[in-house]
Amino acid sequence: MNESIVAEIRKDYMYDLAKKGERVDGRAFDQYRDISIEPGIVSRAEGSARVQIGNTQVLVGVKIQPGEPFPDTPNEGVIITNAELVPLASPTFEAGPPKEDAIELARVVDRGIRESGALDLAKLCIEEGAKVWMVFIDVHVLDHDGNLIDAAALGAIAALLNAKLPNERYEMGKDAQLPVADLPVAITVAEIGGKLLLDPSLEEEQITPAKLTIIFNKDGSISGMQKSGTGMLTSEQIYQAIEMASKKAKEIRKKFLE
Amino acid sequence: MKDKPEKLIVKGKRLDGRKMDELRPIKIEVGVLKRADGSCYMELGENKVMAAVYGPREVHPRHLQEATKAIIRYRYNMASFSVEERKRPGPDRRSVEISKVSRDAIEPVIIKECFPKAAVDIFVEVLQADAGTRTAGINAASVALADAGIPMKGLVSSCAVGKIDGQIVLDPMKEEDNYGEADMPIAMVMPDKITLLQMDGCFTQDEFKQAFELAKKGCEQIYEMQRQALIEKYGVEGK
Repeated sequence: MNESIVAEIRKDYMYDLAKKGERVDGRAFDQYRDISIEPGIVSRAEGSARVQIGNTQVLVGVKIQPGEPFPDTPNEGVIITNAELVPLASPTFEAGPPKEDAIELARVVDRGIRESGALDLAKLCIEEGAKVWMVFIDVHVLDHDGNLIDAAALGAIAALLNAKLPNERYEMGKDAQLPVADLPVAITVAEIGGKLLLDPSLEEEQITPAKLTIIFNKDGSISGMQKSGTGMLTSEQIYQAIEMASKKAKEIRKKFLE
Repeated sequence: MKDKPEKLIVKGKRLDGRKMDELRPIKIEVGVLKRADGSCYMELGENKVMAAVYGPREVHPRHLQEATKAIIRYRYNMASFSVEERKRPGPDRRSVEISKVSRDAIEPVIIKECFPKAAVDIFVEVLQADAGTRTAGINAASVALADAGIPMKGLVSSCAVGKIDGQIVLDPMKEEDNYGEADMPIAMVMPDKITLLQMDGCFTQDEFKQAFELAKKGCEQIYEMQRQALIEKYGVEGK
């Protein structure tokens, strides 16, 4: 509540800055805050990664265990993505079952991993129709300072790259690397005063009428999109957003995932 | 689930005989529920959805009130019998997400400042589903809002595009959605304001352009039908 009042007072100032081509924290429109990724920080998990984008901090853990496949895909592994906005991460988060923001976050991250084919699900089949690997991707938000989707998506792919199939525990031979086939990167673009900017901070998120997240595959194709917020975007803005985001996705993938 | 048909496009025609850029048959009825302040029934091919609007009305619980404008609530719900395999009643993760993005799609046209401290509640019930329920729901909700007399900046029109057998098609139906390579629902306010954009699957950037332009054409056609339905109920503008 308090946060939104502060944002209201700074709104005009931030809009004026946007008109001049500036942002409150001095970044260029296409500039991310500093990104850092620390893989493997939870040894109990089969894979994990902590991602920081500026002050935003997300921890993604991957647990892998054998289970039954879905009846309509008897020879494919299963991906289950969940996100929790735990109250430690923001004064506005509350304990309890996931609300729509957490659900949206989980579903967008899931879409990126699933639709990009990041995991070769056929290779996760142990015994057709009976036993497959179930890959649980759990997103734990630790500090919410804006742009959770990009941080969570980056954490998810980094944690998968870090993950091992726990064959030994289930007496199926040696542990093996999880087969990762693509490296999706999600980039969120926010609209402020007709201008488009990447990696919105919390303050920017509070005043932006509309955000658009675009998920890119290695080959530059798009595997997922999600517009969010109660604003409107023109076609021109959407094309421009894709162009901006596509460049940045390449850059981030090269620097952190390849 | 039935097995994937070998081809989804045969001799330039889709499984139901449509062309690539053709919508399914659409039926829109305005004001079909007596108790609701506004309502709309819509069929989009085999989809059947009902939308009702209640409001402006008092907000419960009170702490959700906003001093200067109305709050908008949107609930998308699927009937348990609307799909092949019975759906467990009540909200699930999918319907919570759809409710959110649909609200984001509709809210921009509502002039919320007209009703401080009030709520406008939008309820969408999917009675029969065949791919495209969220777009049908948004179309129906938009007409129901107009039927309820809620001040709006325009109608929201929504439709999806898909990619099947490598081709971009308008308004995919169930089989095309299940076995297609991409699905992208959009919603827009004429002439060019996008209020919903979701995508999953795989589009090259060129395919995206082609699909996006096709989806907008679909929305334009739906807009005309929404408008006609309202004129049929309330008469010609200005009279």
